[in-house]
Amino acid sequence: MTDFTMKTDADSVAIITWDVPDKTMNVMSIDGLEELNDLIDNALADNAVKGIVITSGKKGSFAGGMDLNLLAQMKADAGDDPAKGLFEGTMQMHHLLRKIERAGMDPKTNKGGKPIAAALPGTAAGIGLELPLATHRIFVADNPKARIGLPEILVGIFPGAGGTTRLVRKLGAMSASTFLLEGKMVAPAAAQKAGLVDEVVADPVAAAKEWVLNATDADLLKPWDAKGYKMPGGAPYHPAGFMTFVGANAMVNGKTKGAFPAAKALLSAVYEGALVPFDTALKVEARWFTNILMNPSSSAMIRSLFINKEALEKGAVRPQQVPDQRVKKLGVLGAGMMGAGIALVSAQAGIEVVLIDRDQAAADKGKAYSASYMDKGIARKKATEEKKEQLLSLITATPDLDALKGCDLIIEAVFEDPKVKAEMTQKVEAVIPEDCIFASNTSTLPITDLAKASSRQDQFIGIHFFSPVEKMLLVEIIKGAKTGDRAVAKALDYVRQIRKTPIVVNDARFFYANRCIIPYGNEANRMITEGVAPALIDNAAQQLGFPIGPIQLGDETSVDLATKIMRATKAAMGNEYPASEADDLIVWMEDLGRLGRKAGKGYFDYDEKGKRTGYWKGIHDKYPLAEEQPDLQEVQDRLMFVQALEAVRALEEGVLMDIREGDVGAILGWGFAPATGGPLSWLDMIGTPYAVERCEELAAKFGDRFAPPALLKEMADKNQSFYGRFGPEKQAA
Amino acid sequence: MTEAYIYDALRTPRGKGRKDGALHEVTALRLSAQTLNALKDRNNLEGHAVEDVIWGNVTQVMEQGGCLARSAVLASDLDERIPGLAINRFCASGMEAVNLAANQIKGGAGMAYIAGGVEMMGRVAMGSDGAAIAVDPSLALEQYFVPQGISADIIATEYGFSRDDADQLAVASQQRAKKAWDEGRFAKSVITIRDQNGLAILDHDEYMRPQTDMQSLGSLNPAFQAMGEVMPGFDKVAMLKYPHLERINHIHHAGNSSGIVDGAAAVLIGNKEFGEKYGLKPRARIRATAKIGTDPTIMLTGPVPVTEKILKDNGMDIGDIDLFEVNEAFAAVVLRFMQAFDVDHDKVNVNGGSIAMGHPLGATGAMIIGTLLDELERSDQEVGLATLCIASGMGAATIIERV
Repeated sequence: MTDFTMKTDADSVAIITWDVPDKTMNVMSIDGLEELNDLIDNALADNAVKGIVITSGKKGSFAGGMDLNLLAQMKADAGDDPAKGLFEGTMQMHHLLRKIERAGMDPKTNKGGKPIAAALPGTAAGIGLELPLATHRIFVADNPKARIGLPEILVGIFPGAGGTTRLVRKLGAMSASTFLLEGKMVAPAAAQKAGLVDEVVADPVAAAKEWVLNATDADLLKPWDAKGYKMPGGAPYHPAGFMTFVGANAMVNGKTKGAFPAAKALLSAVYEGALVPFDTALKVEARWFTNILMNPSSSAMIRSLFINKEALEKGAVRPQQVPDQRVKKLGVLGAGMMGAGIALVSAQAGIEVVLIDRDQAAADKGKAYSASYMDKGIARKKATEEKKEQLLSLITATPDLDALKGCDLIIEAVFEDPKVKAEMTQKVEAVIPEDCIFASNTSTLPITDLAKASSRQDQFIGIHFFSPVEKMLLVEIIKGAKTGDRAVAKALDYVRQIRKTPIVVNDARFFYANRCIIPYGNEANRMITEGVAPALIDNAAQQLGFPIGPIQLGDETSVDLATKIMRATKAAMGNEYPASEADDLIVWMEDLGRLGRKAGKGYFDYDEKGKRTGYWKGIHDKYPLAEEQPDLQEVQDRLMFVQALEAVRALEEGVLMDIREGDVGAILGWGFAPATGGPLSWLDMIGTPYAVERCEELAAKFGDRFAPPALLKEMADKNQSFYGRFGPEKQAA
Repeated sequence: MTEAYIYDALRTPRGKGRKDGALHEVTALRLSAQTLNALKDRNNLEGHAVEDVIWGNVTQVMEQGGCLARSAVLASDLDERIPGLAINRFCASGMEAVNLAANQIKGGAGMAYIAGGVEMMGRVAMGSDGAAIAVDPSLALEQYFVPQGISADIIATEYGFSRDDADQLAVASQQRAKKAWDEGRFAKSVITIRDQNGLAILDHDEYMRPQTDMQSLGSLNPAFQAMGEVMPGFDKVAMLKYPHLERINHIHHAGNSSGIVDGAAAVLIGNKEFGEKYGLKPRARIRATAKIGTDPTIMLTGPVPVTEKILKDNGMDIGDIDLFEVNEAFAAVVLRFMQAFDVDHDKVNVNGGSIAMGHPLGATGAMIIGTLLDELERSDQEVGLATLCIASGMGAATIIERV
């Protein structure tokens, strides 16, 4: 199979077309690089070729990037010395791109090269932009849907095929940072304005050919290869550049809380590269790129956030024999915050939605949420009136259950009360088709129990959304004891339609996500009662990469929700319930009316605009600050293990059926330290023997909740890792 | 063991480190040479009188680059056989020059040294020599680099000093400096800087604002709040290292931080035989020296651990010290020192400090040793300790004792 083909026209321009077979979008592979290298060599050596245009055979896109599976492979293939393999492989990539950039020109006079242009039909990401950046001019089709950029940082690496070095030299460190550090992808017009590409045209291949035929020697010479080159905005020890670099260090450190090795490696590649000539800078970039690929954090991030996330989205755990279950008509019961959000995201996916509530006004209010969401989009020029009308026309808001006729999926999002839910289930089942799947969006009630109200328990399932629905990426699908395969397939196909990431778990108290989040919040509360500074607890979590700390999270989700969960758990568990001082804390706060953000007071004080003004000092009247504050590490270990051990128990108890779901679900569901790749990846990273050792220390100091579960102990004894023992390859074997 | 004695100490007046400062027209070379000449003339240092000139200087680029110490010797009237060593330990460079000289003498490497330093802050901008710790991500991120003003505000937050505490210290510094000048307490140490024709350029500390009061300071905006809270947001970096802090309390401003000035200072140090040979009377012995590294993020707490170290290493107690000079880099540095050792302000910086008179980086360490010695003599006390906080997290100290 060939990824690249070359054809030279009568006008002596060689057109190299990138078209990877059986893919909707091109990705770069080792073979692809070799093919491209040969074609470039041939074209440069062929006297009949005046210039080269590199384009794509895919409609609407040039390339989506590097095949990240392949990077992992490259590392594995390098055997004993993976760093050497990665470094040399990366340098080969640089040699190819540098060959394109220099295009055969005389190294002294910079004359005599062949013009090479890139003609992008649309989207160009990662190496899909790094390759064009090495050419002499970039033409992009006028396709507003196309996205141009370098998103590598989002999966825990950075542009390592010269993109970092070229973009900084092209735009300056400040302007390049939006693309390198944030992974921002922009439409062609914006890309041109920012200087990422040169021209936006109707027919990029024709325009590129035209340019190639008229290009002069000077047109081929990159500024950094010309004499007297100065970096835009100043190099690091130039007075202006000094401020930029010092500022960038602080901003990146503050923003990432030091938790993202890729950002650090990127900054170092930029800084060290800026101090040396271009070819040396590429070598510096390759060394840092190798370094980040060798970092266990980046491998874990790539595995969870790219490879496994995509696998789950594509149905890795879907019952294969069940035919397509895509939803045509969805019934949403309850038009409150969750129901309204579910209606919105479903209508966005083009699904017809019937939104039910007890009266017309309540149902309309739920629909109005979609209208106001679209209005915000229109104000930000992300949507149009037309799109809004189209979306709203898909949603029928009504109190009339008869409207549910013809639905093939129902999602119930009414009040969290088993009685109310049971009643609703029965009423609705009387109306809906017999083969309709019924799902509950409960976050706390066991699905198996709720299913008892149904006359078709095999068609009853849990579809647990996170709030706010339109923002949160994860959907947790819960199988009750009697839930059948078609219900699972239905839920998965639906989640795929609304473009979220699913995990499928078995039924147990709090399912997977909440079973980890609740002890996490409890641990923070316990620390407060021990006199640990609230700032230390939240900062400790943020330094692990959690978007907000557990105490702030407590105010966002509200203290009365915490007490409600606590009381329900206590009632369900009876004598088994592990009561703690943390319970007294939240009950006390509830009594004081300090319910969190919604009450304008909670763990924090708020001003009249609802802005946090600082931690509530009054909490220390009951729980005085300890004279000696614990080490950051200890606070972090407590917060991490209390969650990771729940993930292990969930696996041990069969709630989690696939460890990939445990990791992806944790990062997407509640923002678990992304740089670890998830709780199970984290345990692999620190090693199960150390995890057991540390847990035993914590258990001795803080209680049995840290006692390592039997599975973890067994794995530690055998020095096993989770991905070694439970990884998808192992399961397939 | 050989003792190292201070035979003389002098300094230039401190000029405002700005374009309209009186010393702005004077080169670092000329200011250094005049300082050396003054010391030579006062002590009749003919011929190969000293082993070396150790010259502290922080921003060693352009006119302050290329081993300014040697250039200064050659530009002065000192014998060309006297070499020159330019050193940089940031704000303690002048003190380190003295300590290095004293310890060389104690170790037997030469009879005498001139030690001191210079900084023309208005001519060679602070920071213009670059700094990997601020710019190189591999260090800046790992070590949580923040600028000194932020560090000073971390000290205030961590140790509970208010804006009023800092402003009161600043007002005292101004009043003390004014009184010291009025009473001529600096008279024997401050030289007049002259042009090549002998015309006077500056004969007093130009930076002082004796009219400063709490009200006038109250109108000043915190200097480091914007860079801390907004762009580029150094407070977030500070809290990575100090995660128990909820926020940084920005109390420092131009009025309670050290002033940017031009100036130089020199100290003549020698062993007993040197004094006998040149007919000079020792004024004090350098009893002990110390330096230490500390957390680079809070950066400026060095005076506390280095004082603990110098006392412990020499079997001394804080009560053995009669008088202190703690460089007023920022008010919180001095407040922290007094808090840590429970030392009364009446014993610290009794003639004012860098908040009132300015802090010519490379020279200050030598200046405050001279100031300390003058005051020990004036008030007839025996033992004094001088200490400075130092960039990148260091501290230095010197204990002198009258003889």
